[in-house]
Amino acid sequence: MAILINETTRIIVQGFTGKIGTFHAQDMINYGSNVVGGITPGKGGQKHLDRPVFNTVKEAVNEVGAEASIIFVPPAFAADSIMEAADAGIKYCVAITDGIPTQDMMKVKNFLRRFPKEERMVLTGPNCAGTISPGRAMLGIMPGHIYMQGNVGIVGRSGTLGYEAADQMKALGIGVSTSVGIGGDPINGSSHRDILEIFEQDPETKVVIMIGEIGGPQEVEAGLYAKEHMTKPLIAYIAGLTAPEGRRMGHAGAIISSVGESAAEKVAILKELGVTICPTPAAMGETVAAVLAKL
Amino acid sequence: MDIHEYQAKELLAGYGVKIAEGGLAYSPEEAVQRAREIGGNVWAVKAQIHSGARGKAGGIKICFTHDEVEAAAEALLGKKLVTHQTGPAGKVCGRLYIEAGTNIVKELYFSFLVDRSSERIVMVGSAQGGMEIEELAENNPDALTKIYISPAVGLQDYQAREMAFALGLEPALLSHAVKTIKGCYRALRDLDANMLEINPLVINSNDELIALDAKMGFDDNALFRQHKVAELRDKTQEDPRETAAGDRGLSYVGLDGDIGCMINGAGLAMATMDMIKLAGGEPANFLDVGGGASAERTEKAFRLVLADKGVKAMLVNIFAGINRCDWIAEGVVEAVKKIDMKIPLIVRLSGTNVEEGRRIIAESGLPIITAETLAEAAEKAVKARNEVVANER
Repeated sequence: MAILINETTRIIVQGFTGKIGTFHAQDMINYGSNVVGGITPGKGGQKHLDRPVFNTVKEAVNEVGAEASIIFVPPAFAADSIMEAADAGIKYCVAITDGIPTQDMMKVKNFLRRFPKEERMVLTGPNCAGTISPGRAMLGIMPGHIYMQGNVGIVGRSGTLGYEAADQMKALGIGVSTSVGIGGDPINGSSHRDILEIFEQDPETKVVIMIGEIGGPQEVEAGLYAKEHMTKPLIAYIAGLTAPEGRRMGHAGAIISSVGESAAEKVAILKELGVTICPTPAAMGETVAAVLAKL
Repeated sequence: MDIHEYQAKELLAGYGVKIAEGGLAYSPEEAVQRAREIGGNVWAVKAQIHSGARGKAGGIKICFTHDEVEAAAEALLGKKLVTHQTGPAGKVCGRLYIEAGTNIVKELYFSFLVDRSSERIVMVGSAQGGMEIEELAENNPDALTKIYISPAVGLQDYQAREMAFALGLEPALLSHAVKTIKGCYRALRDLDANMLEINPLVINSNDELIALDAKMGFDDNALFRQHKVAELRDKTQEDPRETAAGDRGLSYVGLDGDIGCMINGAGLAMATMDMIKLAGGEPANFLDVGGGASAERTEKAFRLVLADKGVKAMLVNIFAGINRCDWIAEGVVEAVKKIDMKIPLIVRLSGTNVEEGRRIIAESGLPIITAETLAEAAEKAVKARNEVVANER
């Protein structure tokens, strides 16, 4: 099972023939992802990495049945590419691009809401490392080899901190059903809560670890959802204990700009809501192990 | 990116927002000249720094004679102003804005912000101006009116009218208020601002709405298409280390501790800093070197961290995904040899080609302390820092 992607998911790459698109498309193919083609407007009809290039996403959906897409388009044009994917009937889209303007993302979110929920494309990112269902498919830029297949769902904002979590778990023999990066931007495609809802429906996922950070309301919203609607245990780590107020810590969204957005406040609220907190970022693996042992 | 009050006012005036007459001055002589040009007998001499709450910090002086203007300018230029927004380091005032005095009848609060929960622009107003939004939200949340704007159709007239009435404006001022509110919104939207605050927005004795202060913040991700806005950047208002880092494509935030950090990825960087704190230390900085940490980039990052003379030990934590630990190890070894480091260096590598990376560090012959886990790295960094401090005594 896993969520969002598996070995049969037909994947296309938007920004296929560029340097970054080519590198990661090859990496995903090597991992075993079912990459069926890519999009580069004006290069339709050519072959790239032994796969067809299309001018538009619609063509890729019609001709090779594309279901999922990954976006490596530069920031100025990325919002447009996301909307093109949604309009063409792509079911799941990962936007890797870092640096998309906030107002563009507001437009994208508004655009997506025009589709009825059952037809609406799921978007994760932008500014994320992507999604991986270990042993099945990778739709992202992560090092696939650090993930072991298993029953723990990961949802997180950061790429490398997510790797750290997977690595700690692997060292303890704990595997991952799917790891989903939601990205470090203030306005993103899916929130922590959106991904928790999907994990809750997945029979293979037994527990979920949420790796959050300072800034924004999404970790607390996820905690509220978990308390009300989740049967599976939720574990959380919130990065940014030492972050000063009002300073942007690398991610565009990692900034404490109002009450409740600091790591300490988020941790306190999540604890209150019954979420198991990782006491330190070095204890993500052992905290998951302890929760799994109690199941 | 932040801009100065006078710059925000100039931008807003272009969108039909009424402001008091004013001019920029870089010297006391210029300040007097501006006061002469403006005329009248009351002027505000306002320090231009990237921070709110300037009044409380003594950055705004009301003057009644040209001599007073000159004295106020003399006192403010070159002065370091400390507000709760600047932090203890403060910001140096290098420019003054001289403005005609306004006869204030009523002060209002008005702003636009990005609301991350609704993923929309929210317009916020209160009939109680002058106070900061945080105070307003805390003391009297009911006095705040919030109106959410659809990104598809933008701010509508009825919403501007709702806000005008919520601000308690008289019907006679309605059309002027709608024009002001819509002008502010268009400026925010057209210029990719993510924050616009007019506090206070005042009604003067001529029954006009005047933006007495103006603060705008812009989306850094959109500056590529806002060349005019990008030109308004004032680097003197930024931490020089952060400016230098940004110019080199690195993300750096200076902090008060003494353990320097170089990490790839913003989340892992924050987590590593947390780990230092939990191990009993304090990080000197946040530094994300990004995904492709080349030897050249690594050296730049080292120089940046070590430029902070308060740093007693340095921790490098890299989780190699698409890049490889052996490349990073080579970059680190090269940088240490070039820079001649005087403080302990702790390196933790993980991920792709980790064994090869560790071997390169071990065989370099350099006094690099290595660690395998995040916890071990932080503990060793704090221990090394404590030894340095103990030896200094």
